[in-house]
Amino acid sequence: MTVTFFMDGKEVSAEENKTLLEIARENGVDIPTICFHEATTANALCRICVVEVEGQRVLQPACIVKAASNMKVQTRSEKVIRARRTILEMLASTMDLSEAPEIQIMMYEYGASSSRFPDAERRQPEVKDDNPMFVRDYSKCLLCWRCVQVCAEDAQYTFAINFDGRGFETQIGTFFDRTIPETSCVLCGQCVAVCPTGALKPKREFLLEKGLSAQEISVLNTGRKKRK
Amino acid sequence: MIKPDRIVTTTCPYCGVGCNLQLHVKDEHIFKVTSPFDSPVNHGNLCVKGRFGYDYVYHPKRVTTPMIRKTLQKAGERTQAFDLSEWRETTWDEALNYVADRLVEIYKRDGSDAMAVYACAKATNEDNYLLQKMYRAIFRTNNVDHCTRLCHAGSVVALQQATGSSAMSNTASQVIQNDVFIVTGSNTSENHPIIALQMKEAVRQHGAKMIIIDPRRIELVDFAEMWLPLKPGTNVPVFSAMAHVIVKEDLVNQEFIQNRTEGFNDFIESLDKFTPEYAEEISGVPAEDIRKAARMYATANKAAIYWGMGISQLSHGTASALALINLAFLTGHIGREGTGLNPLRGQNNVQGASDMGCMPFHYPGYMRVDDPNNRAKWEKAWNIEAGGLNLKLGLTTTEILSHAHEGGIRALYIMGENPMMSEPNLNETRKHMQQLEFLVAQDIFMNESGAFADVFLPATPFAEKDGTFSNTDRRVQRVRAAHAPRGQARVDWQIICDLAQRLESKLEVDSAYWKYSNPEEILREMGNVNSDYAGITYERIDKVGLIYPVPDMTHPGTPTLFKESFPRGRGKFHPLDYIPAKEEPSDEYPFILTTGRVLEHWHGGSMTRNSVLNEAYPEARVEMHPADAEIHGIRNGDPVKVMSRRGEVILRATVTEKTSVGVVFIPFHFAEAAANLLTNDVLDPQAKIPEFKACAVQVFPARKKDLPNPDAILQRGRY
Repeated sequence: MTVTFFMDGKEVSAEENKTLLEIARENGVDIPTICFHEATTANALCRICVVEVEGQRVLQPACIVKAASNMKVQTRSEKVIRARRTILEMLASTMDLSEAPEIQIMMYEYGASSSRFPDAERRQPEVKDDNPMFVRDYSKCLLCWRCVQVCAEDAQYTFAINFDGRGFETQIGTFFDRTIPETSCVLCGQCVAVCPTGALKPKREFLLEKGLSAQEISVLNTGRKKRK
Repeated sequence: MIKPDRIVTTTCPYCGVGCNLQLHVKDEHIFKVTSPFDSPVNHGNLCVKGRFGYDYVYHPKRVTTPMIRKTLQKAGERTQAFDLSEWRETTWDEALNYVADRLVEIYKRDGSDAMAVYACAKATNEDNYLLQKMYRAIFRTNNVDHCTRLCHAGSVVALQQATGSSAMSNTASQVIQNDVFIVTGSNTSENHPIIALQMKEAVRQHGAKMIIIDPRRIELVDFAEMWLPLKPGTNVPVFSAMAHVIVKEDLVNQEFIQNRTEGFNDFIESLDKFTPEYAEEISGVPAEDIRKAARMYATANKAAIYWGMGISQLSHGTASALALINLAFLTGHIGREGTGLNPLRGQNNVQGASDMGCMPFHYPGYMRVDDPNNRAKWEKAWNIEAGGLNLKLGLTTTEILSHAHEGGIRALYIMGENPMMSEPNLNETRKHMQQLEFLVAQDIFMNESGAFADVFLPATPFAEKDGTFSNTDRRVQRVRAAHAPRGQARVDWQIICDLAQRLESKLEVDSAYWKYSNPEEILREMGNVNSDYAGITYERIDKVGLIYPVPDMTHPGTPTLFKESFPRGRGKFHPLDYIPAKEEPSDEYPFILTTGRVLEHWHGGSMTRNSVLNEAYPEARVEMHPADAEIHGIRNGDPVKVMSRRGEVILRATVTEKTSVGVVFIPFHFAEAAANLLTNDVLDPQAKIPEFKACAVQVFPARKKDLPNPDAILQRGRY
């Protein structure tokens, strides 16, 4: 079955059960995404992909909303642009986007100002360096949930991490705040692979950025860990 | 953020899954590994080894200069020299001339039977093809083998006997099409982590039912419909009892048996004795569970079997694998998508090294060496006079070392293997190594075996060479160099070509041809004779690889084997008898020791113990069941001594229900507490595979100060 509907005024036909985002991409219409990743289940958490659908009270996340016949979709209406800009400004005021070049480009494109909310409290937890493979700097985390998803049923079935805390305090954490080696983590690094903002980083890359040479890192690694 | 100078796409050097890697290179160092999410093998998923375990390439202990031992080693008095001050650095020219002189001297004096070579399941197809070519074409010997002998030889021989092939019949990614699948003798989550993900996906997302048949309560049991905890070494009675149930309850696939198999009537007769109750008595698996598992497997629309070393590494490894094959023949769960007989191959390129003829009975393409027709084909390919190649079957891995004595093997060439960790009964292996007259090691680290050598030739790891690997589901994929070899190290195929030409000129013989300008020429030479690889070019496998057989240049590959027929024609049922493991527990040695691997390490540890992976898993552990530990007064983390009739090791105990009562488990990666000091070197009579999976041991409490490395503490919260 195919459905026919309107995207930005143009008639579009697509297979049933496809999301607006998929159809937009097939038709060369640009909808920005942050939390969406082709290897994880779309959850519409970040809302940057919102579009305006005629007859709907609020903006609709294109990554999960499926096309229906005669739907009228605006991907770049003023309301949409304003929403995206505000999302970007809120992100920029609470977290460190320095290692998220794609989001930085989006900010430029949408004219988002990082100083729109000058009184916003920034999240600045300490860097967690508790295992030999990767470091976790949650001041760069925008809670896209991809790391949790790949640790769970989207890839690893390992369930080592999840959301921790509520509201502003929400952060990705381990159960009982254990160190990574004490959890069920298998150190596969899938979480690192899908992190969009550099909050998760291979230890080697982290140390190289700190100015250590490759040789110095290799020597570090040959040292045995002492008992706690 | 570090911006890579380049990103190089290649294939993972660890297990047989063959995950696709992207190496991010900056200033001639890999600093990060990712995987494309559209990769057909692993869909962007990697395990800890693939993603983080590449740093051994830069380890300060890596040897990158050719070296010759300072003191001349004599047969019988050969010693290990780990200390580099016992070696003299030299040039490639001197090192290779020295190797050529000594090998030619021994060959001229003692002939073909004195020469032997270990190929390498970590190296590329091209490296391995050339190494066996060098020994077959120049030294006229079939004493060529590699670690396949120690891992799936039982499965290979069984599959050859019953089907005429010797690889997985289906691809691992077809597991999501299974309705029911059996995983046996494989701790897939640790040894083939990415295939385990697909198994979990099959269960959780696609409604498949998984049956685990394993002495250990492995992680996959959490996802399984049934777990049949059998005693190590009792595969044949359990699987035969399943066959008994399938026949008795008339769950057989008559059509398949009639059209595709032979030997059914003899086989049925042999099943009489294997009642589920008889199997229960021997294996400890409740008869009712055997019945239930048999029904589940037989009545499924699509069912498959996946197995690992727990089947093959036994003195009746061939029989164990045949018992599985019988099950597939009875039910017709073979030759269709989503079914199959699937031995999960261990090494990244153990399938390839076997395909390349690095085995004592076969030329590349599994052509028997004792068939003059096959010989003629290779004589033509290698420019050798008619009748020049040796028809005599060579010695296997374990036999090569046990024949290291006056009148037997005098010179051994080891490319990348480490028999001093991977052979059973290492105290005995040590004596054999001492007996060699000349030993060459071509490797990247001075490991336990290389330390015995006269000459060390510094070779290159995966990140520094081009070529191909063939993974467990027969997919031939590209390997690409991320950067130039470190120091003076050279890529393996070039070392072999250089040495081979020196050998030929010293022996004054015609050249078998060694002047390749790139590795693809090597693969093409092989593919011209071995039809499985006939249609494989680097261009065709540039992006996603091809699954052989690929008989011609337009063939799309063969993911599912045996759709129409078996290579031997009909599938052959094999009547079986139960032969117990050679060493059964006794009062003196009351536990059964079974060995294996852990997620963080690889085999003898040359790579992973010289990597950051060693920090994640820094010490050997023996797993004991809480009930056994209590009787012996052993708590979790206590130092213990484990002793068999052949040796002893001291290590910490992990008290866990992961192992079953009466069974202890030790991974074999740790030189300081090498599990293979304990294992039994008894061999399967057909496959010559040793019995790594069952021997009798005793466990005593030990003192902390006796631990080889008391400061190394394993911290691991996962199961």
